Amino acid sequence: MNNLIEIRWHGRGGQGTKTASLLLAEVAFSTGKYVQGFPEYGPERMGAPLTAYNRISDTPITIHSNIYEPDYVIVVDDTLLDSIDVTEGLKKDGAIIINTTKNKEEITKKIPNYNNIYTIDAKTISIETLGKYFPNTPMLAAVVKVSGIMEEEEFLKNMRQSFNHKFAKKPEVIDGNMKALELALQKIHKL
Amino acid sequence: MSIRERLSGNEATALGMKQINPDVVAAFPITPSTEIPQYFSTFVSNGSVDTEFVAVESEHSAMSACIGAEAAGARAMTATSSNGLALMWEMVNIASSLRLPIVMALVNRAISGPLNIHCDHSDAMGVRDAGWIMLFSENNQEAYDNLIMAHRIAEHKEVLLPLMVCQDGFITSHSIENIELIEDDKVKAFVGKYEPKDYLLNKKNPLSIGPLDLQAYLFEHKAAEADAMRNAKKVILEVADDFEKLTGRKYSFFEEYKLEDAEVAIICMNSTAGTAKATVDELRDKGVKVGLLKLRVFRPFPAEEIANAIAHLKAVAILDRADSLNAVGGVLFQDITSALYVNNKNVKAVNYIYGIGGRDTKMDDLEKVYNDLLEIKDSENKVENPYRYLGLRKED
Repeated sequence: MNNLIEIRWHGRGGQGTKTASLLLAEVAFSTGKYVQGFPEYGPERMGAPLTAYNRISDTPITIHSNIYEPDYVIVVDDTLLDSIDVTEGLKKDGAIIINTTKNKEEITKKIPNYNNIYTIDAKTISIETLGKYFPNTPMLAAVVKVSGIMEEEEFLKNMRQSFNHKFAKKPEVIDGNMKALELALQKIHKL
Repeated sequence: MSIRERLSGNEATALGMKQINPDVVAAFPITPSTEIPQYFSTFVSNGSVDTEFVAVESEHSAMSACIGAEAAGARAMTATSSNGLALMWEMVNIASSLRLPIVMALVNRAISGPLNIHCDHSDAMGVRDAGWIMLFSENNQEAYDNLIMAHRIAEHKEVLLPLMVCQDGFITSHSIENIELIEDDKVKAFVGKYEPKDYLLNKKNPLSIGPLDLQAYLFEHKAAEADAMRNAKKVILEVADDFEKLTGRKYSFFEEYKLEDAEVAIICMNSTAGTAKATVDELRDKGVKVGLLKLRVFRPFPAEEIANAIAHLKAVAILDRADSLNAVGGVLFQDITSALYVNNKNVKAVNYIYGIGGRDTKMDDLEKVYNDLLEIKDSENKVENPYRYLGLRKED
């Protein structure tokens, strides 16, 4: 299972982190992959730290434990950098993606021992394109871009279909969500 | 052509129930099985099944309603977890003794207390002697496949026993994974119509079900129930053969994974078997001869078949996801060691209690078990302390 990619999400209850991990599983599934998407359930409270996971592979996945040595870590809420060691177990040749407006100096102060850090301002993208703060759509695009699990065009095509299905009853939000994905693909950058 | 999908274990179970389209579903919500009746009730309200959905006020009532429905001549199903099953316990025993082939989806969760919502098998082990057929499922696919096979086994005239399909709470019930679904019409044809021989609403043959049964008869009735459980072994294999013809997916009492030439092996049930497969692969790559026996059919217990399948091993580790608190070891350990003894097979055996209350079981943990087994196999002595813990935090 050399092609296995393992991803760990850190977010807070109510930010759509669990949904983002399930959406990533769906979009990888739609490109023919084997997938797992599962949150770590606890007492669910708004604002409490939560973790979710993805495994994505070209071959069937049988492992049913949590992920301790992820290839990628995604931080949906940068206040978690103060309370959780988000890089724990993260592979050296992997990457961490953080939703933040903080600059390089501020981030490297919080994560001094890891090089492959990407940041994205999902809040601004979300508010510009959707009018509200839903970080999970831009974060989804960011992880696809950084991990390279699929081609960008294929990703956008699949997401368009997925949104058409998901928002069948409110088609007015589809274009905004697509724009959020496209903008995120452009804006994600390495520190 | 089967349908390629991605579903959680609960979604797969609810979808299987939709395809089966039973006459009655009675259920009370309890984490982590709540989604099953929740999804199913939407199928009821949008008309995609014609099931009578009974939203009862407790699990005791859920099982009671299933008993009433099944005794009347209907096909009844339910879903529950943990303390829900504990509250049903009285009626669970009555369902089997009345020979009512009710099918239950049990999403395994620790029995309280203290309160814990996560996976272990203490709920299932509490009904291990209640006369239910018990199938265990590694993943969403097996939870679905076992459910599709369930009625054919339970309703067979030589069986007539209730059946539960177990899967691990949250670990598979809430994890989205790939799955191959069977087309609706094929499921319908495979499961078939329920045509009970004796039932209350048959006015041509009036009968009573469950009256007083004293010294003169209860013993014989219990012996007949035990016979039915023995008969279930043959039926389970016949249904599995038909299922393989339909889907290409092979099922038996258990799955042997790289067991044939193994020197040591793990025996376990449900999702941990998948993690063990990955561990076996990793150790095999290093040339270590390890294997796995994943038990699917826990009741009826295939004692002789297991004993024969593991007789060639030098040591075996039996993993129990429930502690028996008896100063001896877990249920699976006791069942398998007595199976070895009775069938005159001598294999060194060790027990690990693991995963209690959702404690995560990692490949590292299972690798440690295999390493312990490699030591045990080379030792001249009897296994010291065969009743062990895996993943228990040590005091500092």
